[in-house]
Amino acid sequence: MINYWPLLGIALVVLGFALRFNPLLVVAIAAIATGLLGRMPILKVIGTLGHGFNDNRYVTVIYIILPVIGLLERYGLQERARALIANVRTATAGRLLLVYLGFRQILSAVGLASVAGHPQTVRPLVAPMALAAAEKQHGPLDEETTELVKAMAAATDNVGLFFGEDIFVAIASILLIQGSMASFGIQLTPFQLSVWAIPSAICAFIIHGARLLLLDRKLGRRR
Amino acid sequence: MITLHWLYVLAGAAFASFALGSGRDASNPKRWGNMLFWALLAVSFWFGDRLGDIGNGLLVLVLVALAGAGLISRGSSETARTEERERSALRHGNALFLPALVIPSTAFLGTLLFNETPLKTLGIIDPNAVTLVLLGVGVILALLICFAWLRPSFLAAVDEGSRLANSIGWAIVLPQMLASLGVIFAAAGLGTTVGALVGAAIPHATTIMAVLIYALGMVVFTMIMGNAFAAFPVMAAAIGVPILVHSDGGNPAVIGAVGMLSGFCGTLMTPMAANFNIVPAALLELKNQYGVIKAQFATAIPLLIANILILYFGGFHR
Repeated sequence: MINYWPLLGIALVVLGFALRFNPLLVVAIAAIATGLLGRMPILKVIGTLGHGFNDNRYVTVIYIILPVIGLLERYGLQERARALIANVRTATAGRLLLVYLGFRQILSAVGLASVAGHPQTVRPLVAPMALAAAEKQHGPLDEETTELVKAMAAATDNVGLFFGEDIFVAIASILLIQGSMASFGIQLTPFQLSVWAIPSAICAFIIHGARLLLLDRKLGRRR
Repeated sequence: MITLHWLYVLAGAAFASFALGSGRDASNPKRWGNMLFWALLAVSFWFGDRLGDIGNGLLVLVLVALAGAGLISRGSSETARTEERERSALRHGNALFLPALVIPSTAFLGTLLFNETPLKTLGIIDPNAVTLVLLGVGVILALLICFAWLRPSFLAAVDEGSRLANSIGWAIVLPQMLASLGVIFAAAGLGTTVGALVGAAIPHATTIMAVLIYALGMVVFTMIMGNAFAAFPVMAAAIGVPILVHSDGGNPAVIGAVGMLSGFCGTLMTPMAANFNIVPAALLELKNQYGVIKAQFATAIPLLIANILILYFGGFHR
């Protein structure tokens, strides 16, 4: 007999996020509720939560980069990134992000996914450059447009990463697919799998790229 | 051998410096809350392996209580005025990019060196932690260059790091919290439950219907769990292998690879994928915490349709 009660944990997460409670609080309450509904004793739930937290510390390690980025910002990194773009006459926000999308996909495809990312490249370089280019196209940006350009910079990084990294044969997700399939007696090589990531990568470049060029039209129109 | 342990020592030092910097920021009325939050993370990185499961669990609960009760504040004051930064940008020129580029270059060259030379066999770096260790090396190099060239005070580095850390705030630990939620979900048997539900929903459908349910199932389950990795084994066991591969004769490489990528379309649309969707919103100081997700919808939906077509035409019609 399957115990369906832990599904309520999922409902709590969805509800909590929808009502915009503090996400940390939502996640902790959902975790404890799910554990209890799964008939785990409370101490075991807290222990499992702690164990999971401790085992996953590597997720948070990236923030050792903050003092470097912060220092460089104090000495004018973002201003420099803006000035650099302001001097390139043909630069537009959309074209800039399109080039970044291509680079991000190619770098991820050759196994260099962690070379770029939100703290490393988007905040200090890509977002200020995109904003500077958008100002050239559009004149001073209102708050809504600023938000849109920044959000598209972050989105471009994500799309480039997700739809590039699976072309690399030694990435975790390819190994996971290989492992799961092997557990059903289906033997696949990482290469067979990574080849099939290429059509989706091309579609991602076309679809997101088209949106970036549309962003340019939108920015240009309101000048 | 350099293992993750040493990286955690470095990370603990970084979070301890954020605690110090937050405590020094008199402009923040909630500075003691921020300070305690970062100090607890430093404790987790330094002593996590000795705290025991319950100890770590209690540490997590205190972190959550601090954030949930609003005892820490997001954002802190600018440390340098705009004119100062602009003057400095003019004075230092494009060389300012150099320290920022040292970090990715170290990762790039380091990975090449490690993989293509006998370095791998010497056992200097734990092969499972190469990327992260090289990140740590890059950060230390970049910091040394900054100190040698720009000559900031030690406390300037502390203040700048904690300024950025406080602008992201509690969102910094959200991805790690979600990973532990995933551990609890798995321990409570959620994967099997969802798999059984989905499996029961389709007694036997046409191939195109089965492909649709498989891809949409990946998307929905990915959105719930925050990553496609947790969703894949469940959906493969419920539909991918028994129905798409075994009864309908689909190509398992396509079912596997493109099934996972359909899940990635879900990752673009969920706040549960916090490190991709929520943290950047904080990092870029967006007003709407769901701004990045909003920007990604119009890419994710057509891309999902493309993936479903690739699954159907690439996987079945030969």
